[in-house]
Amino acid sequence: MNSIWTIARKELSDSLRNRWLMAISLVFATLALGIAWFGAAASGQVGYASTPATIASLASLGIFLIPLIALLLAYDAIVGEEEGGTLLLLLTYPLSRSQLLLGKFLGHGLTLALATVIGFGVAGVAIAVLVQDVAIASLAAAMLRFIGSTVLLGWGFIALAYVISVRVSEKPIAAGLALAIWFFFVLIFDLMLLGTLVASEGQFSAELLPWLLMLNPTDIYRLLNIVAFGDSAQLSGVLSLGADLPIGAAGLWVGLVLWFAIPLVGALFLFRNRRI
Amino acid sequence: MSCFHLDNVSYRYDRSPVLTGIDLTLEPGEILGLFGHNGAGKTTCIKLILGLMTPNQGSVSVLGGHAGDPQITQHIGYLPENVMFYPQLTGREILNHFARLKGASLNQVPQLLEQVGLGDALDARTKTYSKGMRQRLGLAQALLGKPKLLMLDEPTVGLDPVATADLYRLLRELRDGGTGIVLCSHVLPGVEPYIDRAAILTNGALKAAGDLAALRRQANMPVTLSLDPANSVSALEHVIDRASGNSGLIIKTESGRLRVDVQPREKMALLNAVMRSGEVADISIHQPSLEDIYVHFIGSGGLAHRGGSQ
Repeated sequence: MNSIWTIARKELSDSLRNRWLMAISLVFATLALGIAWFGAAASGQVGYASTPATIASLASLGIFLIPLIALLLAYDAIVGEEEGGTLLLLLTYPLSRSQLLLGKFLGHGLTLALATVIGFGVAGVAIAVLVQDVAIASLAAAMLRFIGSTVLLGWGFIALAYVISVRVSEKPIAAGLALAIWFFFVLIFDLMLLGTLVASEGQFSAELLPWLLMLNPTDIYRLLNIVAFGDSAQLSGVLSLGADLPIGAAGLWVGLVLWFAIPLVGALFLFRNRRI
Repeated sequence: MSCFHLDNVSYRYDRSPVLTGIDLTLEPGEILGLFGHNGAGKTTCIKLILGLMTPNQGSVSVLGGHAGDPQITQHIGYLPENVMFYPQLTGREILNHFARLKGASLNQVPQLLEQVGLGDALDARTKTYSKGMRQRLGLAQALLGKPKLLMLDEPTVGLDPVATADLYRLLRELRDGGTGIVLCSHVLPGVEPYIDRAAILTNGALKAAGDLAALRRQANMPVTLSLDPANSVSALEHVIDRASGNSGLIIKTESGRLRVDVQPREKMALLNAVMRSGEVADISIHQPSLEDIYVHFIGSGGLAHRGGSQ
């Protein structure tokens, strides 16, 4: 446990040193406040629209940003140590490969969690203080849900980045594959789903179809933040399938947890079987 | 308890053998030189002892335990070839990090950095370090937590002569304190005075192992005598010819001196004869150096074959 924390602590202090933590927090806070105040600008007014609309917009932007930041933060976790020549040395210390990877995960995971809590937390507090007639309780609940799911989504992509990082031997390749993962889950997946939907002309099993959304953590994340308001009208595109999912919010949470637990276990397994 | 003991160890990488049938032991308080050409299997040997890999055959025991066990690796210091560190961190931060990982006290960090001559660069980022400074930091890293087994891969690369001498002095102190040390190096004349035993690897097999005297015996290489004649060169030459019974000793004249290559077992007989004759004014004896022995063992294996096939 001690060595896991030693590795995590170095990652944390690295992200303080290179200003990553500060930069991500700032981006999140700016984004949240910007959307809160100007989200309704398209309909001709400036000012806080409503909590559900704000959270829905945030979640839509979050699926682009959170995976990207998580992948950038973590893609070189192992391959970077290897290229820097420190991996071999680290492994000669009383430190197992699992401990090294879990320490990295703890460090990166805490960095992302801290940035999310600080960035969106500040925005949430600002909205509560500055907007006159917002319902504090529902805002707080929505913000907590949003922050919690954002952290889980980020952890999922950190774990996916590790799967790459323990497999490849060069940093540029890891970066390329990380971008490919982002591209697939954020852009391609929904297109494919939509394509399947249209091409099958309704022949596709209506029970099975909504479950396909569970194969993409970004879809689970959006569903989770939108469905909670009981307002299916906000669900657009393939997400409307999610209204038919029989698992409810708890199931979606479990889905997000699985989406970081399974890749993490996979990365641990791959790393342990890798030749140094 | 041996520092490590390799018993009939073989290792294959994708079916091609890297090490075959290695038997090697290091006792506490001993410096072992591990030599061999590039790709001979030195690094693989070290990785097996560090527990980074497991052998396909044979057994590796380290400090009375299993290679790679955390309780064992805690007592091993390792300096890899071309050691690299996190460029954004200072020497002190890096050593603190590694000390925490090793479960060693942080108090020794400034003292260790002082000891390797990095006292002034304690708080400079390592990206500003020269090759030699990185090497010293690597050495300080290897010394964390007073290791019982120390393995150094090319420790003198990038070090100036004074730092090199300091390093060897330090290694002697550690050895006298009971640390077992493995030294891999290509600078054979440099390490020769400091090693207790040498092991020579070629193509994954242990070609020879033992102290220098034993290796010299095993190699059976001629000893070179350099003789100053008391009277005339020809008189001395005559004495040598007679003493050796014209057994084909190579005699060369070099600015009035004679160089004679003699087999080790014939050396004393020849010396006695020369001394008795009174024809010699001065004698110096050159034993084959570590480099000569190395070339002898390596040459008879790899290079000679390559040369012979032409």
